[in-house]
Amino acid sequence: MKIVGHNLTTKESFYFFEIAKGLWITSRHFIYNMYFHIAHLLGKYPEVPAAVTIQYPEEKIPLSRRWRGRHRINARPDGSPRCVACMLCETVCPVQCIHIVAGEHPDPAIEKYPVSFEIDVTRCCWCGMCEEACPVDALYMDTGKNPEPGFSREDLLYRKEQLVKEMPLPGCQRSLNAPGQGPMEANPLGL
Amino acid sequence: MYLDVIITLLKIAIVFGFVLNVAAILSWAERKQSAVMQDRIGANRADVLGFRIFGLFHPIADTIKMLTKEDWVPPAGDAFVHTLAPFLALFTALVVFAVIPFGDTLHIAGRDIPLQIADLNVGILFIVAFGGLGFYSVVLAGWSSENKYSLLGSIRAAAQLISYELALGLSIVGIVMAYGSIELDDIARGQGQYVLGVIPYWGIVAQPLGFILFFTAAMAETKRVPFDLPESESEIIGYFTEYSGMKFGAFWMGEFIEVISVAGVVTALYFGGWQIPFLSNQGVFIPGLFTIPLPHLLVVLLQVSAFGLKVLFFCWFMLLVRWTLPRFRYDQLMAFGWKFMVPLALVNIAVTGLIKYVF
Ligand code: SF4
Ligand code: SF4
Repeated sequence: MKIVGHNLTTKESFYFFEIAKGLWITSRHFIYNMYFHIAHLLGKYPEVPAAVTIQYPEEKIPLSRRWRGRHRINARPDGSPRCVACMLCETVCPVQCIHIVAGEHPDPAIEKYPVSFEIDVTRCCWCGMCEEACPVDALYMDTGKNPEPGFSREDLLYRKEQLVKEMPLPGCQRSLNAPGQGPMEANPLGL
Repeated sequence: MYLDVIITLLKIAIVFGFVLNVAAILSWAERKQSAVMQDRIGANRADVLGFRIFGLFHPIADTIKMLTKEDWVPPAGDAFVHTLAPFLALFTALVVFAVIPFGDTLHIAGRDIPLQIADLNVGILFIVAFGGLGFYSVVLAGWSSENKYSLLGSIRAAAQLISYELALGLSIVGIVMAYGSIELDDIARGQGQYVLGVIPYWGIVAQPLGFILFFTAAMAETKRVPFDLPESESEIIGYFTEYSGMKFGAFWMGEFIEVISVAGVVTALYFGGWQIPFLSNQGVFIPGLFTIPLPHLLVVLLQVSAFGLKVLFFCWFMLLVRWTLPRFRYDQLMAFGWKFMVPLALVNIAVTGLIKYVF
């Protein structure tokens, strides 16, 4: 370990000038911010921020278009999930929190569908691998919602019926087949 | 006779009303000011029926919280002394205001009312004595807690307070020499003179070094950053570790009251007390040129509000210092007190004496 010392110069060892310098910096911030706080109260210069604080529940920073929020499953036009129960997401999930029971679909072109599809968000680490693995544009994490707290583990088990009803957050949508929305102009991943 | 008592009680009510309200507001101002200095917004969430008024409900919320919390006395500790200590802290901080003059003598209905609660002729000694007594609250709190860390904290605090008491007392000597009185009223009146006819002869003009020394030592007495080793809210264990509820709140309020009393003493000694430059009993005047007469009541009112504003300014300034500087290390603190402040205070006395002798 190297100890880096700094011997005070004569001027510094008087403290006084250094203290005055420090006080000047802090009071400059105080006066500047106070000026704009008062100006805001009078409705002037609303575009100049007087503080860096974001008042969270009322104000939020815009989410990145790649932000991974709660999962959702894209629906077919008839409202059934697009998932074909290929098990890729279940396999890739590093914490093994997706549980799928596959069943035979009456439509021979589709072959399989999930009889039950559950995501246990108590274990999910929000890595987004399931979203990337899905081959049929079914599983997305673009709802822009945080997981909500629940009173029981049951509350935190997201099922197919619920996942399919979720909507993508406008502007963050990553699927070309999102329900009710046309295709996006920009690159869906925001790249 | 009765009228005198009533007038005194009225003065006490005014002064204590001012001090206690400002102390409560200071606890709000400390949060808000530090926030504004650091580009934040600060506490603004306590609301009553949706009104937030910039977080001014926080002091009330704090008080309710403190009053309803459990008041716990360590079973092995001394319950009486443990309870006494916070009251002592409050008392010693408050009683200083008894001798601080907050205005010139008020002539009303044929009476002369000095705007000072107690016109003691040893005002400065009174301040120093009660400032020194504050040290008992610290020691008793640590000792009666029956906790060795509290005791160590209180010993640390006692050493600091005693060291800086010395520098504090010595730096006041300069002021006493400059104005030739230990009566605060006389000193405030003496600051109404002018040097070279234009510069107000305030304490800071007469004693610039003395002012810096006094202010530093007084900040050390209030036990706030950069001298907050006695309590060190965040890391070292201080003397009020075993306090909870409103007794802790009393220490906490005592600290703010000490800030105001230091601001009051600094104003009275070094910033002209209630004097406003170029405003005398006759009215506004430019020395040697002209005088605009003003009614007596208005002059007194202006002077009292000037005193209040100066006190508020110093409260602001002390919060500014508190949120700017980092804390001293304990050896630095002691070295600074004994090897820097005390010799400088002695030099200040010597130089003041020399100047007085020459002129
Ligand atoms: S985000 Fe990661 S952890 Fe969560 S379900 Fe998808 S793959 Fe599993
Ligand atoms: S990867 Fe997609 S299609 Fe495959 S099981 Fe998961 S959600 Fe269904």
